[in-house]
This record gives sequence, C-alpha cells and structure tokens, in this order.
Amino acid sequence: MQFALLIYESPKAFAARKNDDPDPYIGAWRAYYKAIVDAGVYVGGDALEVPETATTVRLTNGTRRVQDGPCAETKEQLAGICVLELSSLDAALDWAARCPAASLGAVEVRPLAPDAKHRITG
Amino acid sequence: MNAGSDEDTHRAIERVARESYGRLLARLASHTRDVASAEDVLGDALVAALTTWPRDGVPRNPEGWLITTARHFFIDRARHELVARAHDALLSAGLSTPNDEAMASEFPDERLELLFVCTHPAIDPAMHTPLMLQTVLGLDAARIAQAFLVSPATMGQRLVRVKTKIRAAGIPFEVPNVSELPGRLDAVLEAIYAAFGIGWSATAGIDERGRGLAEEAIWLARVLLDLMPDEPEALGLLSLMLHCEARGPARRGPGERYIPLSEQDPRRWSLGTIEEAERHLARASTFGRTGRFQLEAAIQSVHSGRAHGQETDWPAIAVFYERLARLSPTMRTLTGRAAAVAEAASHTAGLAALDTIPHESVSTYQPYWAVRAHLLQRLGRSGDAADAFDRAIGLTEDPAVRAFLLDKRPD
Repeated sequence: MQFALLIYESPKAFAARKNDDPDPYIGAWRAYYKAIVDAGVYVGGDALEVPETATTVRLTNGTRRVQDGPCAETKEQLAGICVLELSSLDAALDWAARCPAASLGAVEVRPLAPDAKHRITG
Repeated sequence: MNAGSDEDTHRAIERVARESYGRLLARLASHTRDVASAEDVLGDALVAALTTWPRDGVPRNPEGWLITTARHFFIDRARHELVARAHDALLSAGLSTPNDEAMASEFPDERLELLFVCTHPAIDPAMHTPLMLQTVLGLDAARIAQAFLVSPATMGQRLVRVKTKIRAAGIPFEVPNVSELPGRLDAVLEAIYAAFGIGWSATAGIDERGRGLAEEAIWLARVLLDLMPDEPEALGLLSLMLHCEARGPARRGPGERYIPLSEQDPRRWSLGTIEEAERHLARASTFGRTGRFQLEAAIQSVHSGRAHGQETDWPAIAVFYERLARLSPTMRTLTGRAAAVAEAASHTAGLAALDTIPHESVSTYQPYWAVRAHLLQRLGRSGDAADAFDRAIGLTEDPAVRAFLLDKRPD
C-alpha cells in the first residue's frame, strides 16, 4: 500500500535551503532520497516553497477571502511530501524515523486513500 | 507494620512494584493463565497499597499483602461476573482461603514460567519482547509503544490480543522439558536482547524512545539467571550486554558528537561493569557449551581489552565471527565478520566478504553501508565510497551518526 510522508520543517530547516553546499541538512536529504529510491519504495514526491510564499483562499458566504500565509500558523510548516510504496505502517514509520526532517521538525505518516480518490476520479 | 513518612511509603510501594511485579503477576496468572485479569487485580492491589500503607504503615511482608489483596479483587470479580468457568479456575487454584498462605510464607517464584509463556512459539515473535516488558517488568503499553515506534493504542490492542490468545489457546504456564528447552530458551534470550538493542541505540541519544530499555533488559537477564543460574547462554547474554553498557558514556563526545568504538577513549569505560561481564563469560565457558551469545560476548570482551591497554586482537575477533556466522548467519554477523576480516587481513578481503552478502537483503541495513563506505574510502575508491556513504546516511535514524558520516563522506 502507499503512504504519504508529510514533511514538516522548522524555520531552521527551511533556512538550510539558502545555505551553500555542503549543507548537512541538504546532504542528509540527498542521501535519504538515494536510500528510498535504491530500496525500491519511492513512488513520488515534491518539495514546497517556503511558507511565506503561501496564500490561503476561503469562500465565506460567496465572498472570496484571501489570506497571506499558510492555512494554520504553526511553528513547523508543511515543506514537502514523499509517497512511498510499503507493506505496512511499521515500515512507513521506519522510513519516517530515518527522514532528516524527523529530527528538525516532524514527519506525519498517512496512508493514501485510493477509495476516496476513486469516488472522485471514477 | 512500621509507620514511616509518606515519602518512605511511596518509595516502598515503588520498590515492591519494581522488584516484585513480575513475581506477583506470574503467581497470580500461573493457575488461571489469565494474564490480563491478573494485571488488573495487581494494579488494583497497588492502588489499594497507595491508600492503605500511608495510613497503616508498610506491612511486614509487602509482597504477601499485595498478593492477598489482589486475590480478594480476583474473587470479587468472579463473584460479580458469576462466570462459572472463572469460578472453577479460582477454586482449582486454591484461592478459597486467600488470607493465610501468602501472608504467612514465601510463595514460589514463577517468573521463569512467565518468561516461557511470553516467548511461546504460538505467540507472534514480534510480540515476545513487548509482552515480556509488560508482564515481567510492569512497563505500561504507552512506554513500550514508544520503544517500538507504534502508537500506544496499537500496542495496547496487540498486547490485549496476545493475552487473549494465551488464555484461549491454553498456552501452559510451565518450563519446557529438556528436549524442547534449548529452542525455547533461545526465544527468551532473543526477546531480552531485542529490548537491549532498542535501548542501546536509544540511549545513544536519538530521542526518548526506548531510553532506559537497555537497563530493563539487563534486569531481565539477571532475573533469568536467578532462575537458571547454570545456563551458559544466559550468562553469555548478560556478559554481552554488560560489555556494551560499560561503554555507554564514551559513545558521545562534546555536543552529543557520535564516537565510533574504534575512536572511544577506554578510560571513559566502566571498569567495574567490564569486570562483571568478564566474570559471567568466564563462568559460562566452564560449562563447555558455546553458543551465539557467548561468542558475541567474547567479541566484545576482546574490544574491552583496550581498557587494560591491550591492542585490539582483530584476528581473534575474526575467528569468533567466523564461528558465529556458522551458527547464525544473520546480516549483523556477516557485516561484523567482514569488518573484522578487513582489520585482521586486508581491506580488499573485507570488501570481498561484504560482497558475498546477497545484495537485496541489505537494501535497508544501515551498518552494511557504513562498513562498505569505510572500506571503499580506505581503498581510495572515492566515487563508490560517496555512494555507499549516501546509503548509510540515508538509512540512519540518529542525527549524530548522520552528522558523523556526512563529515567523513568524500565530496
């Protein structure tokens, strides 16, 4: 089954993106990516721009309300997503623990919901 | 009864709970095989102690008091539930006179039977260690869940399921007979060692999960040795864990920096702990029955020689690994053997030994990649080394190990 690792990063981890190589956090990510690809579990994923670039849209009584910033103001912000093909939640938790963001933020593990998707995509 | 301060009383309860939990639980569950109910009534009895002892003083025989009280709760429950089967079980267990026996005298220690129940082949091997930690040491499900990286609810459910199975499947509360004993004892030793392994990597500082579990595992091994003092592999296991434990503080430098075994300062190792480890290993060897844990302990004993100013005898370590690989060719052993061969013979020979391990089995095994990276770097194959370093870095959970490897990786 497929699991999404939702990568939450602290401001410090986001800031690492601006650092010159070799940056240990970026280096750790490069190695982690190689490990998930070589283990044959990587399905897909992407990184998100920094939270300051986020714009949130809500429609209240037909009125468009646009808010500068992410949906929720929290210390750690969504930074990216990795989708992995794995046999069990335990395997997903192992990979989440190895993720560099686990020690500089948090990694939320969620199974993908193919049934919910199917109802939409048909 | 001797009345003391509240603080003393609390400490007394904690001490009895800590030292006697497994003994009490084993006694309560041995006849009914109902581990879950035994836990409940023992929990109730400990709560009762918290209210009664500060008022009346700590009883002369705290264990006896707890077991008698727990049995009262047992009987109360049976009455309330009016379940004939449970009642029969209680009666056959001789619980109709709860007052005297336990209060008056020592009761038999049935923790050994409990250890064998926890590791019975009918129980999912993945649950052996969690069950042991809960029933023998009284650790709660949340704490165990943390160590095993699952949610408390999941671990709680798994434990409940296993305990239901113990009762429903009729798993016997007994020490296996001689013909079965070696295999069954292996399962007990494995489960204890698994707890140690989790605690060992956790005390290195990854995070809170499993911290202190290494100590709990050593405690379990001591319990086992109390009950089976002449079992060489149990002695070997305790020796192995003590050798590792002796190096605890030396594994981290300033700023939580990771220090590999080869770079540790032996003056920071605990000599007293090493001595105890050596004593157990020496005693184990007098039985003339070498096994996996004695060999593992022997390897650690060679490393510990540095505490007495000796150079590491790599050829000896390679020989022990060779024998170990014949007994149980696990990935850990095969990787360790390759590392020893590299030091004892040559880096090329070590790499050749690594290459004999099937590639697909090591795709997520971090130590293999760390050893491989190290050997390739020593052989001057920077490009291949960088790839292996990436795998080792990508597979570690420990930020300190990650930083250490990133530092060593050739650019």
